[in-house]
Amino acid sequence: MIEAVGLTKRYGDKTAVYNLSFQVRPGAVTGFLGPNGSGKSTTMRMILGLDNPTAGQVTIGGYPYPKLPNAPRQVGALLDAKAVHGGRSARSHLLCLAQLSGIPARRVDEVLGVVGLQEVAKKRSKGFSLGMGQRLGIASALLGDPDTLILDEPVNGLDPEGILWIRNLLKDLASEGRTVFVSSHLMSEMALTAEHLIVIGQGKLIADTSVAEFISRASTGSVKVRTPDAAKLRELLAGPDVTVSSSVEGTLQVQGLTSDRIGTIAAENRITLFELAPHEASLEEAFMELTGDAVEYRAPGQKSAGSAESAETVGSTKPAGSTKPAGGASDDPTTTDVEVNA
Amino acid sequence: MTAVAQAPAAPVRVHTGKVTQARVIKSEWIKFRTLRSSRWSLVAGVGAMIAIALLFSLAMKSHYPHMSAARQREVDPVADPMRGVFLGQLAIGVLGVMMITGEYTTGMIRASLAAAPKRLPVLWAKALVFTVVAWTVMTITAFVCFFLAQSIFSSIHLNKTLSDPGVLRAVFGEGLYLTVVGLLGVALGAIIRSTAGAIAALFGILLVLPVLGEVLNLTSWGDHVNPYLPSNAGQQIMALTTTSPDMKPWPGFLLFLGYAVVAMAAAAFLLKKRDA
Repeated sequence: MIEAVGLTKRYGDKTAVYNLSFQVRPGAVTGFLGPNGSGKSTTMRMILGLDNPTAGQVTIGGYPYPKLPNAPRQVGALLDAKAVHGGRSARSHLLCLAQLSGIPARRVDEVLGVVGLQEVAKKRSKGFSLGMGQRLGIASALLGDPDTLILDEPVNGLDPEGILWIRNLLKDLASEGRTVFVSSHLMSEMALTAEHLIVIGQGKLIADTSVAEFISRASTGSVKVRTPDAAKLRELLAGPDVTVSSSVEGTLQVQGLTSDRIGTIAAENRITLFELAPHEASLEEAFMELTGDAVEYRAPGQKSAGSAESAETVGSTKPAGSTKPAGGASDDPTTTDVEVNA
Repeated sequence: MTAVAQAPAAPVRVHTGKVTQARVIKSEWIKFRTLRSSRWSLVAGVGAMIAIALLFSLAMKSHYPHMSAARQREVDPVADPMRGVFLGQLAIGVLGVMMITGEYTTGMIRASLAAAPKRLPVLWAKALVFTVVAWTVMTITAFVCFFLAQSIFSSIHLNKTLSDPGVLRAVFGEGLYLTVVGLLGVALGAIIRSTAGAIAALFGILLVLPVLGEVLNLTSWGDHVNPYLPSNAGQQIMALTTTSPDMKPWPGFLLFLGYAVVAMAAAAFLLKKRDA
């Protein structure tokens, strides 16, 4: 269990993290989300005792990290994949770290097997690809068979097979009762991996909630209806708390009625429906909804957030619709894969 | 995948491993010997020192018969071949700096300090591993250089032995001086955290300060300052003829060691206090 209480970090007059309180519980993968420069990495560095908090404290299992009697065996961390001296072989790198807490050499070979680096174990890590470096970093995090794992952007640079691997690995580790705290800039990735989310923006806590709740909170509750009898249905649906709008011929956006109710009304009046879809926000939309004002760096010309289209995109901007929610929100012109780098 | 197969149903947890000073030392020793660059720095230092010892001895030997009597008297069969120490200190100083900055520039330091959160044991272990390796290698090299040179000088009957006054202290002191140069490098590396900056600071202190100090010789300040400059003081231990009446060999060396200790204390304070 990781517990932060009033965690604050200032660099000069710039506040990187302000009054952050949260708990990361064992037995689940907890995602750590936030836009560029929101203080995710700073927070992780404070958890690991690398940066001293200006105020507040953060503990792991009740201890501040530097006071843990056997930190490398309690906590495994991947802060950035490049925290490796490139002149050393992968195996030697792990041996140095293993030796610190008396972890035997056979455990080094074991974790090299787990991350699939046995074949390049004797090669100097200088020549490693980003994905291989990432695997080496994950190997060092697993070395002490720790109860708590803290991983900063572990899927960075991994190929699709590697992403699937890490997703399963994290879930397995959590299911064994470990505390798994993962930051990622891929929202869709978090939706598939994490059960719980801690979202920060400009160093402040924005949300501490389950993934399901996070999405439902951002959902508008509207229902999209496509029918050849739009005008007739519109009259039938009208009521005191119901608003019906239509931007496309033959399509209605209904607010204030559930899809069950709309379907029933249509059936009773023998109206044909082509489509009946409650709108559920994607994690990206939910995220943008919540962090819209908290984005620190934004490319010029981008609209202020509030909808998914103003996503801070660095790199992989997928074609429109690639991450559309199942409900198919056609009123969203583009749904981009949001990348928010720490 | 493999990960799934590897994860046992009831994982065997081993939570006994404490980070002890002895373990940190072993870890630093693995770090040291698994880097090619550390080996090459040592090889470069040793090679340069032996090459210069041979070069000076052989040149002296062949030119000695043609020298004037006054020039002949200036030949010092112990100190002249020892000039390789000035190249040796470059190699060993860089090695000392890289012990620490190599970790800062690659980011390895975060992995090291996260795994050893008390931090100071890492600095002590680095200093110890460096001291043992540098002192052993440099002392052996100093004696090898000495005996090579004397075997060459013996053909012109100028050779000295370790039992001659001050000779053993000078040859032994060469290894000590070089070790402390490197330790100063380790400390400056930890303070400055960048390779270029720490190397510039180290050689600024060792090589540039004495040159600037000579300006003071024009004033009455020179005698009060120059003998106390780090390298001036430290090199007294290798001097056969006293170059400064104010600084004897051992006090000079101890003063030099004192500078390194102060720098190391500053490094320890900053390592503990600063964000990694």
